[in-house]
This record gives sequence, C-alpha cells and structure tokens, in this order.
Amino acid sequence: MAERCAVIGVGQTHHTSCRADVSIAGLVREAVDRALVSAHMTMADIDAIVIGKAPDMLEGVMMPELWLVDALAAAGKPVFRVHTAGSVGGSTAIVAAQHVMSGVHKRVLTVGFEKQSDGNAMWALSVPMPFGMPVHAGAGGYFSPIIRSYIKRSGAPAHIGCMVAVKDRTNACKNPYAHLHEPDWTLEKAMASPMLWDPVRMVETCPSSDGAMALVLASEDVADAHTGPKAWVHATAMRSEPTAFAGRNQVSPKASEDCAADLWRKAGITSPIDEIDAVEMYVPFAWFEPMWLESLGFAPKDQGWRYVEDGVTEMTGRLPVNCSGGVLSSNPIGASGMLRFGEAAMQVMGIAGEHQVDSVRKAFGHAYGGGSQFFAMWVVGANKP
Amino acid sequence: MRDVAIIASAQAINAATTTATPVEMLIPVVNQVLENAGIARADIGFWCHGSCDYMTGQPFSFVSAVDALGAWPPIIESHVEADGAFALYEAWIKIQTGEVDTALVFGNGRSSSGDINRILTLQLDPYVVGPLWPDDRSIAALQARACLESGVVTERAMAEVAMRNHHNAISNPYALRRGDHTIDELMAAARVADPLRELDCPAHADGVTAVIIAAGDRARSLAKRPAWIRGIDHRIESQNLGNRSMTTLPSAAAAAHKAGVGSDKIDVAELHAPYTHQELLLTSALGLGESTSINPSGGALCANPMMSAGLARFAEAAARIMNGSADRTLGHASSGPWMQQNLVCVLEGE
Repeated sequence: MAERCAVIGVGQTHHTSCRADVSIAGLVREAVDRALVSAHMTMADIDAIVIGKAPDMLEGVMMPELWLVDALAAAGKPVFRVHTAGSVGGSTAIVAAQHVMSGVHKRVLTVGFEKQSDGNAMWALSVPMPFGMPVHAGAGGYFSPIIRSYIKRSGAPAHIGCMVAVKDRTNACKNPYAHLHEPDWTLEKAMASPMLWDPVRMVETCPSSDGAMALVLASEDVADAHTGPKAWVHATAMRSEPTAFAGRNQVSPKASEDCAADLWRKAGITSPIDEIDAVEMYVPFAWFEPMWLESLGFAPKDQGWRYVEDGVTEMTGRLPVNCSGGVLSSNPIGASGMLRFGEAAMQVMGIAGEHQVDSVRKAFGHAYGGGSQFFAMWVVGANKP
Repeated sequence: MRDVAIIASAQAINAATTTATPVEMLIPVVNQVLENAGIARADIGFWCHGSCDYMTGQPFSFVSAVDALGAWPPIIESHVEADGAFALYEAWIKIQTGEVDTALVFGNGRSSSGDINRILTLQLDPYVVGPLWPDDRSIAALQARACLESGVVTERAMAEVAMRNHHNAISNPYALRRGDHTIDELMAAARVADPLRELDCPAHADGVTAVIIAAGDRARSLAKRPAWIRGIDHRIESQNLGNRSMTTLPSAAAAAHKAGVGSDKIDVAELHAPYTHQELLLTSALGLGESTSINPSGGALCANPMMSAGLARFAEAAARIMNGSADRTLGHASSGPWMQQNLVCVLEGE
C-alpha cells in the first residue's frame, strides 16, 4: 500500500557550542543547502517541508517554523512542524518519509535544528509548574538512577560507560562535522573524569551544541532518476508510553522493545546483529549504549555491556555503533535524532567519509526522548525494500 | 488515496480561565470522543496531539498529555507544535500509508496561562521584530486598517461579521462569548486597537477538541453518516510583515484550490479567522459565496482556544454532515500573524 521512499540528500552543519556567526535561520539554511546540493536539487524542486526541533523555549522563539519560512523559501508550500521531545529528529524524519510513502508528495525536505547557545537549556528544562513534580535536575540527574539500576541488574563493571565514551569521542575525530574533536582520550583518563551525576562522569555526557541536519526524501520515480547515492527506507516505527507509573521498566521500556520488534518485523529482519551493518543510536549518556543494545534486540538481556567490553560496537567490530561520534560528541537536541537517521543513511549511501564502514547494506537509525518514553526508529538499505 | 472520514468528535466547554492541568482538561474529552465513536482505546491505531509549550509556559508540556490517553500497552503516537487540525493532517497522512486504519487526534490550549496577546509576539522574527513587542491585536489592527483604507472591507461589514457570529454562538453550548447585538451598537463600541473593537477580536479561551478519523469500511461501520475528507491541504506564506500582502491571503487561496473547494457548492464553512476583517478576507480567498453558511458555531470570535480552535472548526464542519443538515462542508485552521498559515479541508456525506 505504501509508496517507496528514499533518502537522496543529506546535509549538516558543523556542530559547535556557539555558532555566533549565524542566526537560527542561517544555521538551518546551511544544512538545507548542503542537503539540496547532495540531492541535485534547488529549493524550487521541493514540494513540502517538515521541521522538527525540541522545546521552543530553548531559543525563545514560539513555533519558529513560522518565522523561518523565508529562510526555507517555503512561501506557497506546506510547512509541517513536529515536536516529540528528544526523539523529535527521528520522528520528524519519519513524518517526512510518510509524506512520501502516503503518495501525497514526491520531494520532501526535512530539517531538525537546535541553537542551544541562543538560550539556556538547563533553565528551560527546569521551569517549575504548579501541581507538577519539580525536576530541577537536567537530563543527567534524571537518567543517572536509571543507569544505576541497569548496572545493578546486569552486573556490569564500572568502566563500561567510559569505554563507550572513549570509543565515541575517538570516532568523532573521523567526523569533520562533530562538535567535540578530542583524540587523546584513554580509558584510564576517562575513569578520572569528574563525576557529575553518579555514576555518570563528564566524559560520559553529551555536549550542548548548535547545529542542524537536513534530509531530502524522494518517491520511487524521483529516486530512480537520481544519479547520486541513495538509501531506501525499509521500515519506520514509533512508540510512546507514560513517563511514570508503578512497575514501569525504565531501563528497557516496553515502548522501546515494542518499537524495535515492530521495526524488525516490518523490515523483514530476524537477527538484527547479523543483518544490520551500521548503527546510529541515541546515546546522550554513555551507559545507554549497552542498555539500548539489549532493549533493541542486538544483545541478550544483561549482556549488552559484554558487547562493549569485547569491542563488538567499535568501528571495526561486528556491529559498529555511532561511527559518527554520536550524541556524545554532538548534541544539537532537535537535530540529534535526525543526525542518527541521516548518519545511518550516509553509511548506506557510502558518503560517510573517514567514518564510513565498509559495504553497508542495511543501517539502523534510532532516537528516544522524554523520560525514556518516546521512540522513533528506521532501517534504511541499499536495495529497494 | 484511501477514503478517510471524521466519524466522531468531542469538545470541552470553552472557559475564560481554568485551574485544571492539561491532563485534567484532556481526560474527559478523550473519554467522550471514544464513547461517541463507540470504539475502544485498543482499537485506535494512531494518536496525534497538537499543542504549544508557550501556551502552557512549560517546555515539553505535551509529554504529560500521554497520561490522559491510557498509553499502556505503549501506543503509536506523535505530537505537532501546532493546532490539533495539523495533528489531524498527520493522522490522515499516516492512514494514507496503509499502516493504520483509525486515529484519535486532539488539540488543547490554555490561553489563560499568560497574556496571550503578548505571548503570540514571541512568534515573530526574534532579532528585528519581536524586540519591538507588537502584540497580536496591534498586528491585526494594522492589517484591518490597511483593508479599510484599500476598501476591501468596511467597518459595517466587520460589524456584520461580529453580529452574525455572536448570534450563532447562542446555540453553541461550547462557546465562551455569545449574544445578540445591533450593528449600531457594535459600531458605537470603543476601539481597543484602532480600528478594532472588542467584538472584532477573538474570545481567547481554554479548551480541548478531540476527533476520531477512520478509513473506508471501518468508518462506515462506526458512523451512520461519516464526514468524508475529499480534499485537505495546507500552505504557508512569508511572515515578513513588511513584505506581505495585507489585504489578500494567497496561502489560503492555494490550499483551497488544492483541497478542491471550488469544484462544488459548500453548504457550511467553519473558519478559524480570529478577527472580523480576517473572516472577510478568508471568505474571499476561499471563493465562498452567499449560499455558504459561515460559522454556524460562532467561530473563533466566540471561542478561540489556541491549538484547539482549528480542530474545533473541523469538528463543527463534520457535525453538519454527520447530522444530515449539510452535504458538503469546509473546515479551516490557521496559524501565525495575519493568518500566515492555512489548512483547508473539504468534507462530504455519502
């Protein structure tokens, strides 16, 4: 029933702590222009635009897509805004793909962005509300008890988070767009990194970034006619569950497990670790890599940390995870999910440069948000689904 | 394209202020729309929510809304930072992919959390326009003045729009403002932002709307007379106030064309036009004539719960089909200064 859809254009900004040289509009346009060049298109070729970003209060502009119309040359076109918390970059790519898979549009531009330097995320995430539970902890304080719970139940040794951090920061040095280029990390040095939210050390924490990611999604006829690299969308899936209730498994939420199972079924994948060649996973705190490996079905329960320890998720390993450096090396929040989806597509398209894995046939993009409760995932492949 | 129809709706009674949290506002309306459709939670394929953090004054304000849905086991769900009518558009797209057959969409907003006229200023260019703090009424007044000076509207026509909507709202139990007024009385009222008078401006409200849509035979089995979506499209125009027509709405005209508004007579149109002069501009942009009944609900002038008001127009337009009083209706939602973004939907009975 659904039409086929392919990624034919990918473009991102150099992510950094403060892009003082551009406005929000300029930042978004930079990623969009690069995506259009890679799709061999201009703005005039685009039928519809789907925009995603995390809370508007991070920059202080309410529904900024309204103001960004000129920057996107969108006057006269449909502009659609998605916001699903941290998963938004992934959800936005999925909604954009569905604009094509529905048969409604043929050439859809999608962009996710955040300009964290224009505001103060810690403030914006901690506005006290009447009758609501004040968090005042930021994301690290929120997730650290969940990580402690994982360590306790799996018996993982204390150095696993640092191993992930060293891997991702090392991979990021191969990605010219990554925010952090820190080639000197060793496990020993990482273990001495300051403790921020026990057991999360500073090196195990994502940075605050300005950045944007854009994709051009095309229908089958348009993608067939495109002479450049392309990545076909094999399957997409989304799931949500409430933030808190008694008995909720916050280490491996059912919404995560259900979403992954649905995705693998739709993509015709029976053994993810054997059939997926590259993974771009949403890991804002290092320990989430082993946690998601288990939740998504790449590793058996309580064994994810062993995969990290054995080097399975290294760029040269059996299941390369976050060769781009991941969220741990660049976190423009509203773009971070789309970076995972786009970097997965880049691996399939063979355009990932120095962080390219050899002969990727299928890649997995992943994002999550809220209190580990919103999930968005896709599988892209070199062949038509 | 798959045939998709609105098969049920529910609204909260619009209030000037409420002390309820968003979740407390949502639960009764979500329950009501499920009951109206005669469908169980487990039979909803997709859920989509429209709201805006700046309305609540809280980042991630939509996150708690999931608590109102009974999202266990986990559900397929998404959120738009926009009116619930855009959530309906996303759900319509989702049904077109064949992935699901039913969707529950909802929009909610609490305009009373702050000064809505000033909050809307934050939608403007943050570097060169927003810092001047023109509020929503003042911006609308500039447009109304330009329309009057150019002769595309008259003060009497604006008063007639106010009179008709407030009269129509008498029979709408969800409206916030209603009543019979004479033209003379309306035209003698004090101006609040020259040339606008109080009843030329929207009645900002706290409200919730929920709608269920379903595909094909599923819709036929759930409703006696589903309101079929025959065309739906949205378009946007530049926000640059200095580089925009103040007297026409090209994005509304383009969306109406794409949605097929002009291919037959529209019996009833429910328009999300916050200000009286905007209803006149919009009626003209959509090509609606004398034979179309405009806003039998009283429209946004009589209750404008931001992020829910557009979806409420869809619910009202669908209700006319479902109760057999109309055969072809139009639902409309708008967003941004000077109705910068317009979503148009044509509904028909079988």
